[in-house]
Amino acid sequence: MSAVLNSSSDFSLQPRRGLLLGIRGWTGVVAALITVAVLVPVLNLLVPEGSALHLGDYYVALVGKIMCYAICALAMDLIWGYTGILSLGHGLFFALGGYGMGMYLMRQIGRDGQYKADLPDFMVFLNWKELPWTWTLSDSFIAQMLLVILVPGLLAFVFGYFAFRSRIKGVYFSIITQALTYAAMLLFFRNETGFGGNNGFTDFKRILSIPIAQPSTRMVLFVLTGLTLIGFFLMARAIVHSKYGRVLQAIRDAESRVMFTGYDPIAYKLSIWTLSAVMCAIAGALYVPQVGIINPGEMSPAASIEIAIWAAVGGRGTLIGPIVGAFFVNGAKSWFTQVFPEFWLYFLGALFIAVTLFLPNGLVGLYAKLTSRSKKEDKEVRA
Amino acid sequence: MRRILLLLLLTLGVLAAPAVRALTPEEATAIAAGETDDRIAALNKATAQADPALAVLVQALLDDAVKVAGGKAYVTLDGKTVLAGTTTEATVPADADDVVNNNRMRGALEAALGSLRLVSPQVETRRAALVELAKQQLEEAQLPLIEKAWGVETDAALKSQLERMRATILVSASDKGKRLAAAQSLLASGESGVKSLLQERLAPGAEADPEVRAALQAALTAVEGRLAWGERLGVLFTGVSLGSILLLAALGLAITYGLMGVINMAHGELMMIGAYATWLVQNLFREFLPGAFDWYLLAAVPAAFLASALVGAALERSVIRWLYGRPLETLLATWGISLVLMQGVRSLFGAQNVAVENPAWLSGGVAVFSNLTLPYNRLAILVFAAAVLIGVALLIARTRLGLFVRGVTQNRRMAACMGVNTARVDTYAFSLGAGIAGLAGCALSQVGNVGPDLGQSYIVDSFMVVVLGGVGQLAGTVYAALGLGLINKFLEGYAGAVLAKIMVLVFIVIFIQKRPQGMFAMKGRSAEA
Repeated sequence: MSAVLNSSSDFSLQPRRGLLLGIRGWTGVVAALITVAVLVPVLNLLVPEGSALHLGDYYVALVGKIMCYAICALAMDLIWGYTGILSLGHGLFFALGGYGMGMYLMRQIGRDGQYKADLPDFMVFLNWKELPWTWTLSDSFIAQMLLVILVPGLLAFVFGYFAFRSRIKGVYFSIITQALTYAAMLLFFRNETGFGGNNGFTDFKRILSIPIAQPSTRMVLFVLTGLTLIGFFLMARAIVHSKYGRVLQAIRDAESRVMFTGYDPIAYKLSIWTLSAVMCAIAGALYVPQVGIINPGEMSPAASIEIAIWAAVGGRGTLIGPIVGAFFVNGAKSWFTQVFPEFWLYFLGALFIAVTLFLPNGLVGLYAKLTSRSKKEDKEVRA
Repeated sequence: MRRILLLLLLTLGVLAAPAVRALTPEEATAIAAGETDDRIAALNKATAQADPALAVLVQALLDDAVKVAGGKAYVTLDGKTVLAGTTTEATVPADADDVVNNNRMRGALEAALGSLRLVSPQVETRRAALVELAKQQLEEAQLPLIEKAWGVETDAALKSQLERMRATILVSASDKGKRLAAAQSLLASGESGVKSLLQERLAPGAEADPEVRAALQAALTAVEGRLAWGERLGVLFTGVSLGSILLLAALGLAITYGLMGVINMAHGELMMIGAYATWLVQNLFREFLPGAFDWYLLAAVPAAFLASALVGAALERSVIRWLYGRPLETLLATWGISLVLMQGVRSLFGAQNVAVENPAWLSGGVAVFSNLTLPYNRLAILVFAAAVLIGVALLIARTRLGLFVRGVTQNRRMAACMGVNTARVDTYAFSLGAGIAGLAGCALSQVGNVGPDLGQSYIVDSFMVVVLGGVGQLAGTVYAALGLGLINKFLEGYAGAVLAKIMVLVFIVIFIQKRPQGMFAMKGRSAEA
């Protein structure tokens, strides 16, 4: 069986041992590390503002934000591109992570809010006298960061357990994840839920008692996000090249066969689904202090579908693709919304259509096609 | 002797018939001139007589068309001046003063006018006046007027309403017999105002007489029972009404998704196009056929259907055709289409909501109970949804196109071998689904806002309906739509709108766990395909 498949496909079914990437891949990772951890901080903080080499705060903030999105796209790729499960609810996990971080940041404001009160402003506004039980741990950074991982992880686990156990597949799964994030959005829009209603959280002052707006804090967050992204990339690489990853891809291509071969797809699907949700949550937690706001809009079905489109534009089933896609789409978004604000939705809509119709493997697939064609031509010329 | 009898009859006749001309010039002057207090007193005295002629004077006073000179009031109407309280024409003396009404006087005049309309000869005016009066806190002073109106009222419904109003005043009268009679006559009421009045009277210290208390208690029980029924039926009706809207929204999806397996995330935007088509037709009628404005909906229904169906056909031919069998990609592509359509409408018609007016025959409603009014537009949508449902069911079950659609759904290759042009059937079926979305949009324009985001608010709901109902069967869609509508409105009563919606969504998610194929799953070989 394996031999037959081996001969027909051009990659080995055996998990690759040792190095995760080739020479080019590691060079890229090292280059990315240097850029994120050295180049950007130096260009932004040390090079004086007048200089041509100075990197503006705007771009640092933008790239930091997009790197958070790229983590989401990577998470989406693991579940959609490699396991074949399209989630339209990843925005929920992203937002939950963001809310977890936001709660801590709200508590860090202390008495510096508009009302000079111990409670966050919106609670004073609602005339609440004490913190709701959901905020019990919000004073402790470590506990709250654990919640950032545990709450979305647990939600994903429970939801996934029931969904996969009932063998909900394909579009049905997509639609009920969409219903889930929609329900959560409605819930978070309520003031009574205790998370700031439709204004969400904003006006953060400090993190770990350090002022959040000062350039060095921002740069630390930026570097942290970049390292997380690179770390997740390597982790994803390790996953998809392991035996576990192979089974995931087999589930994507022929779930029934995997089941008949003796594997239990539920465990595989559930674990990658939960991991993917947690990745999104961490991205959300990194996103909030950099952007300075979190509100239920992040849970709208549209936000979740956008995550899918980043992965699709870049190229599903490759790991670099989603990252490229996130940068391409969001870069285009920030350019369009500045230059032609009314054309952005046309462009985004056209992108959805064009990618699904003409670029099933995304930008990365297009690049591979072009380079392989030119290589072929090279060969022909040489021959 | 006969003369005496005749005289007696005449007197009786005069007593029985409403006094048509009770307003004398003196009274008119007393109302028009003098201290405000005296004028109001005179006005109230005259109003209690319920004389229609007074209405003319009061209206004229409100319009500042009255002048006073030498103890006489002159009313100028349409260039003709008469002495107030008479029909004799007169000329206004040169030294006549304008009547000045302060705000208090104006308030009194307006109240008087409202009361006078109670005895207007037009039944419509009387009904409107009663509605106005029902909103006010009734007072002892209004009793003579109400009794007068009650005496001359001919319309049965209005008469019983007046009787109840009379009873609400009399229930606190000093005479025990009157209170008892009032309590008994309130027994037939179903208004929440009467309920609180009865509760007030039953409060300790308000009503001492045990006999009257018993009658009041009986009346309260009856009224409460009626109100509870009104509420229950109200929930039922709003539930069914929401269900009918969901049904309309989901019917098109049941075709495109249920029969063709196409996830159309732009379905909501096709509804929006239908709503905008309705708006355009409305504007055309307003511009070119103002006389037939009330009937613009008759033209808007086919226009909405065609507009959405054409857009649907174009989408199918250009995009969706290439994505058959790849549902997740279809989902993304149609989401992209929905973004483009939304932005397109924004560019064409602006980002603001546009105003679609109900035609006159759809505004208002039938009052079943005092606390339950069934709006005509919601009733019309119910009927419309039923008609569309029947039409679609017949189309699928009885026509050649329906046969082809079912054939292609069940076995595409076999259908093609039998000579069915499957590509064309796909286009027709998809545009049919889109057209029904347009009809839904046309219906929605009558009950909600029409704006570029109209579709977004329905897309999740309508998918829920289709998923819950099960794929491939219209019956499932119908049950799911009505069921969801009812559950939603029922829960809303307990938990509020947002929580109810969340509970419904969670319920669906749990339900899908139990029955992944929906309520009415396809059985047999096609089920796994």
